[in-house]
Amino acid sequence: MRDHITLQVARYLPEKQSEPTFDEHEVPCPKDWVVLDGLNYIKDRIDGTLSYRWSCRMGICGSCGMTVNGEPKLTCATFLADYAPGPLRIEPLRNFPIIRDLIVDIGDFMRKLAAVKPFILRRYEKPISEGEYLQTPDELDEYKQFSMCINCMLCYAACPIYGLDPKFIGPAAIALAQRYNLDTRDEGAAQRMDVLNEHAGIWGCTFVGECTKVCPKHVDPAGAIQRYKLTGAVESMKAFFMPRGA
Amino acid sequence: MIKRDAEPFLWMLFSAGGVVSAMLMPALLFLFGVAFPLGWLTAPTRGHMAMLLANPLVALVLLALIVLSLFHWAHRFRHTLYDGLQIKHLQEVIAAVCYGGAIIGSAAAVYLLWQAR
Amino acid sequence: MAESPAYNYHPRWLRRRVSTYWWLEKRSYFAFVLREGSCLFVAWFVVYLLLLIWRVLQGDAAYQEFLTWSARPSVLLLNIVSFLFLVYHAITFFDAAPRALVVHVGKKRAPQQLIGASHYAAWLVASAVVFWLLLGA
Repeated sequence: MRDHITLQVARYLPEKQSEPTFDEHEVPCPKDWVVLDGLNYIKDRIDGTLSYRWSCRMGICGSCGMTVNGEPKLTCATFLADYAPGPLRIEPLRNFPIIRDLIVDIGDFMRKLAAVKPFILRRYEKPISEGEYLQTPDELDEYKQFSMCINCMLCYAACPIYGLDPKFIGPAAIALAQRYNLDTRDEGAAQRMDVLNEHAGIWGCTFVGECTKVCPKHVDPAGAIQRYKLTGAVESMKAFFMPRGA
Repeated sequence: MIKRDAEPFLWMLFSAGGVVSAMLMPALLFLFGVAFPLGWLTAPTRGHMAMLLANPLVALVLLALIVLSLFHWAHRFRHTLYDGLQIKHLQEVIAAVCYGGAIIGSAAAVYLLWQAR
Repeated sequence: MAESPAYNYHPRWLRRRVSTYWWLEKRSYFAFVLREGSCLFVAWFVVYLLLLIWRVLQGDAAYQEFLTWSARPSVLLLNIVSFLFLVYHAITFFDAAPRALVVHVGKKRAPQQLIGASHYAAWLVASAVVFWLLLGA
């Protein structure tokens, strides 16, 4: 069992380079070390100029998504020992513009997330004096899976459609829209439909299914999208045949 | 307000075509494309075929199969051209070729099945 | 919510263009393109079926000619390949259908395996009817 692993880490310094290069480093790989530990080892002891994002190191914040040996992965959830002796290639997340080294610009996703209004929308807010919104466990099960999304954007990195057409709203945004559409406390489904029921919305998706495959929280965005396609199509038919409202 | 867009409607045709083609085509192609030519099973006589085609229910099912499958192909092929060859800038031409082809095939089916009654 | 970040474009950000051959890079991407490509064989079978119907309408000789033509090696090969792709299409479609078709029985959602299984069952029944009409009745 090898106790060291070679990491090939992508470097991109925009002032000095026009293309990314790769730095190779040997790092220890005890059996409980993850890729993030390897990156921290490099930054702490070998090369302090390496830049990358991370935070909780336990798979809940969604900050540390990178491309590991060609696959989008959370670096805090990928064990080095599985790849020893390597070389293990670490690159920034695909389909996003690279700012520097392993850091990508996520502004596009943030705007799209805001566009689907990921919060409970109600015509009238219930005053606190009237008590809580009650929900049965079955009603919770309807949307619970989609609420697990940690906004890590691995699905965007995996989705070839998003890579080909950055206007596509993307898997996580649709899954999160569904999380609220299917929540019995929410009354905003019609508002979200404007953003979703169009070419750059759900209709760009061709059900490749990669998003569901790479999701670390088993959200199944592909399922959310296909389900919404049926909903959206039925709504469109209703709007066509009964324009003044069903 | 839902914008007037053909995409949801075309997707429903695609889905219906996918289901119908998946249900009926494998058996039909196995018989007419593999089993009968290879002599594994005896092909029906022409008279039997003509009788089947004259049956209104059979004709209706065949018409649905042909029309929906053609629109299934048109929709899927159109999107594959966009994603595979990245020629989205030719989208009007592609749409015309795909759905136009489906309409022509459907017209041929209507004509032939009408003749067969 | 205000427009943030301060900008959504910077000339030094590196943007990679997706290669035309992106679908060759991963097995799952390739399987996806094969699935999409199966629609070509769906269209081929429609053409084949239309030819068959046309020949049936033209009389005994024409029908026999069609059957003979369908036994030619090139046509046979095409049809065998088409058959494999059609089966692949059916399997991928029936595995995808439960993802879109969410059926509720009372308050609970019907299990996805049930929706999938009923598609396969219907496939069996439809195939049996086809066989019976062409071979039996």
